[in-house]
Amino acid sequence: MKPFDYIRPATLAEAVTEAARPGSAYLAGGTNMLDLMKVGAAAPERLVDITRLPGLDAVEWLPDGGVRIGALVRNSDLAYDARFAASFPMVAEALLSGASAQLRNAATVGGNLMQRTRCAYFQDPASACNRRESGSGCDARDGENRMHAVLGFTEHCIAVHASDFCVPLVALGAEVEVESSDGKRTIPIDELHLLPGDTPQMETALRRGELITGVKLPAGAAAFSGHARYLKLRERTSYAFAVVSAAAALQIEDGRIAEARIALGGVAAKPWRAAEAEASLVGIEPSQPAFARAGEIALASAHPSGANAFKIELARRIVTRVLTRALEGTPERMPALPGSPFAARPDKTSGVAHV
Amino acid sequence: MSLSISLAINGRQHDVALNDPRVTLLDLLRERLDLPGTKKGCDRGQCGACTVLVDGRRINSCLALAASMDGAEITTIEGLAEGDELHPVQAAFIEHDAFQCGYCTPGQIMSAVGLIKEGMAGDDPERVRELMSGNICRCGAYQGITEAVLEAGRKAAENAQPQTGNPDTGKDAA
Ligand SMILES: Cc1cc2nc3c(=O)[nH]c(=O)nc-3n(C[C@H](O)[C@H](O)[C@H](O)COP(=O)(O)OP(=O)(O)OC[C@H]3O[C@@H](n4cnc5c(N)ncnc54)[C@H](O)[C@@H]3O)c2cc1C
Ligand code: SF4
Ligand code: FES
Ligand code: FES
Repeated sequence: MKPFDYIRPATLAEAVTEAARPGSAYLAGGTNMLDLMKVGAAAPERLVDITRLPGLDAVEWLPDGGVRIGALVRNSDLAYDARFAASFPMVAEALLSGASAQLRNAATVGGNLMQRTRCAYFQDPASACNRRESGSGCDARDGENRMHAVLGFTEHCIAVHASDFCVPLVALGAEVEVESSDGKRTIPIDELHLLPGDTPQMETALRRGELITGVKLPAGAAAFSGHARYLKLRERTSYAFAVVSAAAALQIEDGRIAEARIALGGVAAKPWRAAEAEASLVGIEPSQPAFARAGEIALASAHPSGANAFKIELARRIVTRVLTRALEGTPERMPALPGSPFAARPDKTSGVAHV
Repeated sequence: MSLSISLAINGRQHDVALNDPRVTLLDLLRERLDLPGTKKGCDRGQCGACTVLVDGRRINSCLALAASMDGAEITTIEGLAEGDELHPVQAAFIEHDAFQCGYCTPGQIMSAVGLIKEGMAGDDPERVRELMSGNICRCGAYQGITEAVLEAGRKAAENAQPQTGNPDTGKDAA
């Protein structure tokens, strides 16, 4: 690890000023930052520890029924907040499907949003990687790329964003509140993560020194609470990143779909909202063929970026399946295996039997 | 750059001068404070061998910067037993043969103590397995680990409310 200066500002004003200096990076839970520093993929000169900043660790209910989640709320605390989980069940399910209990206890809301790609070449300073070092090339294109993108990629970078949490957030139209010494602004989460284009080194819309202070969910997002699920396909049942994942939420009125939300994870450099697939469901009676068609539409522009054509078909099926689960209704209790296709289902026989 | 931090580790106050901020909580415990019970497996958050409690919550000490832990209360495997009396989770691990080589065991036990405190698994083996998934065991002692955690959890629940014979079974309809 490269030597660095460690500072722990007591106020937000001090933090954003320090972070605006070139070479600075924020440290929250550290579960991604320290990992990357150990392997040399990140080498900040100055770490600005934000964990003691006041006022960023609360879940606040707004008068209009929306909610504001402070950037320092730990992933586990948010997922286990009873009112939050009841209002936004697929967000809680996505959080609990991510990483491990230990990591969720340390990981913060802001850190989860800002986590970097898991592309192996990004993490290996000996490899060419346009995202880590602009113009150096992309070793993933002819390398190990079965987990890489099938949507929104370019020849410059084929990496995916790995967060589970961000997938239901983008489906529900969350907003990200940021602050710097220039003031505050709000970014729709759909615009926080950037597609690579020919500048994959620009990963997010944050400007230098900008701090995420919170994430807001609009009041209307809770109207989906009765029919909202997250489904995540992994290479093992738990403690693994998504191969593909999807969040789906429905509002059913008089037997018809009044509103639909669909987003995919593990398919692009950002959490992927499938707006056209959503629109295809509005006003119709829910049915398997309609859900399958939504899956087709969601992946219509997908193509393989390497040895990963299988992800396209998987993603179609995961969209169909998560819509089916959402229609069945949000389970009263969080499934034993959150987000898992193998979780036992209420009033069905168990998804899988363990010995 | 020198930094002073103060930590309460297993009930004892430690004031530590760090001459380099790069040190992780795991390395501080093992290399500086003579507490090698906490193990280093992967050093990257991928195995759980380094699990400790920070302010009562289980975390991976390999991905925690010691400097950032200033003021925290840390519990490691060395702090569980009371004199010669094992912690109930330690006793349950022995009772259920929940290890072979033992390398992952301190992390498993600390993780189980955290899990029981969190109170989310009930008496459901599936929930216990899921919530223990952050602890890898190369020897594959998972069967015994799950049984040990379930038993220690049951005992903790009985002690918490001795009058009710009706703890949440936590079982899904199957
Ligand atoms: C073994 C392992 C498995 C994992 N599995 C999953 C998984 O299945 N699903 C999943 O979604 N995630 C997974 N993760 C990733 C994990 O969710 C992230 O590491 C975590 O959410 C990061 O949060 P943190 O608070 O620790 O951030 P840090 O590591 O402290 O920071 C991460 C990045 O965000 C920046 N940052 C932090 N806070 C802010 C802020 N408020 N404003 C601006 N920038 C900020 C930092 O500068 C840094 O670049 C896994 C991680 C590990 C190590
Ligand atoms: S896919 Fe993107 S992150 Fe991975 S090596 Fe290529 S440029 Fe780097
Ligand atoms: S040593 Fe910390 S998780 Fe493996
Ligand atoms: S007992 Fe050997 S690794 Fe778990």
